[in-house]
Amino acid sequence: MFKILKYSFFDLTRSRWLYIYGAFYFLLTISLLWLGGGLSKAIISLMNIILVLVPLIATMFGVMYYYNSREFAELLLAQPIRRNHIFFGQYLGVACSLAISLLLGVGVPFVLYGIFSSTEIWNFSVLLLVGLFLSFIFSAIAFFIALRNENRIKGFGLAILVWLFFAVIYDGLFLLALSLFSDYPLESFAIGASLFNPIDLSRILILLKLDISALMGYTGAVIQNFMGTLLGMACSLGVLLLWVVLPALGIRWVAARKDF
Amino acid sequence: MIAIENLQKSFGKQKVLKGINLEFKRPGITAILGPNGSGKTTLIKSILGMALPDKGCIRFQGEDISGSWAYRRQIDYLPQIARFPENLAVKELLRMIQDLRGGQPDAERLIGLFALQPYLDSRLAALSGGTRQKVNIVLAMMYDSPVLILDEPTSGLDPVAMLHLKELLRQEKEKGKHILITTHIMSFVEEMADEVVFLLEGRIHFQGGLQELKEKYDATSLERAIARILREGELGFSSNGHGEKAAKLVLKAL
Repeated sequence: MFKILKYSFFDLTRSRWLYIYGAFYFLLTISLLWLGGGLSKAIISLMNIILVLVPLIATMFGVMYYYNSREFAELLLAQPIRRNHIFFGQYLGVACSLAISLLLGVGVPFVLYGIFSSTEIWNFSVLLLVGLFLSFIFSAIAFFIALRNENRIKGFGLAILVWLFFAVIYDGLFLLALSLFSDYPLESFAIGASLFNPIDLSRILILLKLDISALMGYTGAVIQNFMGTLLGMACSLGVLLLWVVLPALGIRWVAARKDF
Repeated sequence: MIAIENLQKSFGKQKVLKGINLEFKRPGITAILGPNGSGKTTLIKSILGMALPDKGCIRFQGEDISGSWAYRRQIDYLPQIARFPENLAVKELLRMIQDLRGGQPDAERLIGLFALQPYLDSRLAALSGGTRQKVNIVLAMMYDSPVLILDEPTSGLDPVAMLHLKELLRQEKEKGKHILITTHIMSFVEEMADEVVFLLEGRIHFQGGLQELKEKYDATSLERAIARILREGELGFSSNGHGEKAAKLVLKAL
């Protein structure tokens, strides 16, 4: 599996798009840091961008890479290699290269700005950690969808729809539910509902770390109560991990039963 | 070497293989023939474990292949469509397959034979279709495995490369290998094959030597014999309509 990972990774490091992706973060972070004024402001602005863009790019990259390497996967399937290893290797290759682009694109400017001598280092670490998680989660979902759908257009459409659901529609439904049932105590519902969306969960994790959960009102206070503790933090990280593992198991399940 | 028992496979509602019984015992070149959509590629992919059978069993050297992967070490496969990671150079692709499979392949001789030296450092995306097919052939044949499966090996090759391929296949045959080839080029079959398996509508219609085929269908050439089989098939399958359509299509193509 590591051999496949290695080659997928090398293959991707030569793709222009990966560099464009990294360079975009680099320029964005530099302008936010030096023109926007201050570390904490830059972290909040970056959070809003990362929460939307990382899932979108991971989804598109995952689907595109799978379909582009479809025939090559056939060649690999005829080699004495386990099926699972081929697709896991490819998935990890995509996820790792996206993660490294993000890490370098965002990380280098922060290091140059002097994050290590700042008190914001933990907030920044949570931001990066969440970005990495989202890269792994959404490329796994994308691989799963692409494996299940032979038809490229259908696969692409479905993957984008899943992204749209988690990034936009879910929040809308969530808000609608909150305002419809505003007469009832909804705190535990709010916590539960945010666990089911990796993007929301990531947002809450960062906001809690930034100590601006007061902006979220009473519910924010309850969430702070739950997730602000070590247990809550561990819980949310565990759920994020689960969000990586579940689609990865899905990849394994489909790969074992699919005809090529 | 390879034994197939009652192999059945459907894709959705379409039954592609309807109970194939086949055994490749003697070494030599076996041509798998049949019109488009008759199940040739599915049969090959089932042997390689790429398509999973609905029913039936495939044994490789006496062992059931379902769920296992190590037996593929003994098979070299040339896929129908040659597409590789676009950003890799030819040299890196060769090294990669070598790295994945292990062992000591003999790529140098084949690279020389197909005059691929000038392309070794080119990215695969920049190669023409024929050159890709040559790379594909080098990849498939650089190992010395006892079984060689080639799916449409002749597509896109120029006459010189075709001659080299035939020569190569003769050498491999002399080594006592089992070679399975699918192709639509009848002259290639007549020149190379020891045995013919004819698939029609997911069933085996004929298995035997070339001469036997010609005699059985009282034909002077392979093309005529196949036209006869298809006409027979047309009569036999006319009740469901599909056979007729397939047979007519192929007759046109011939």
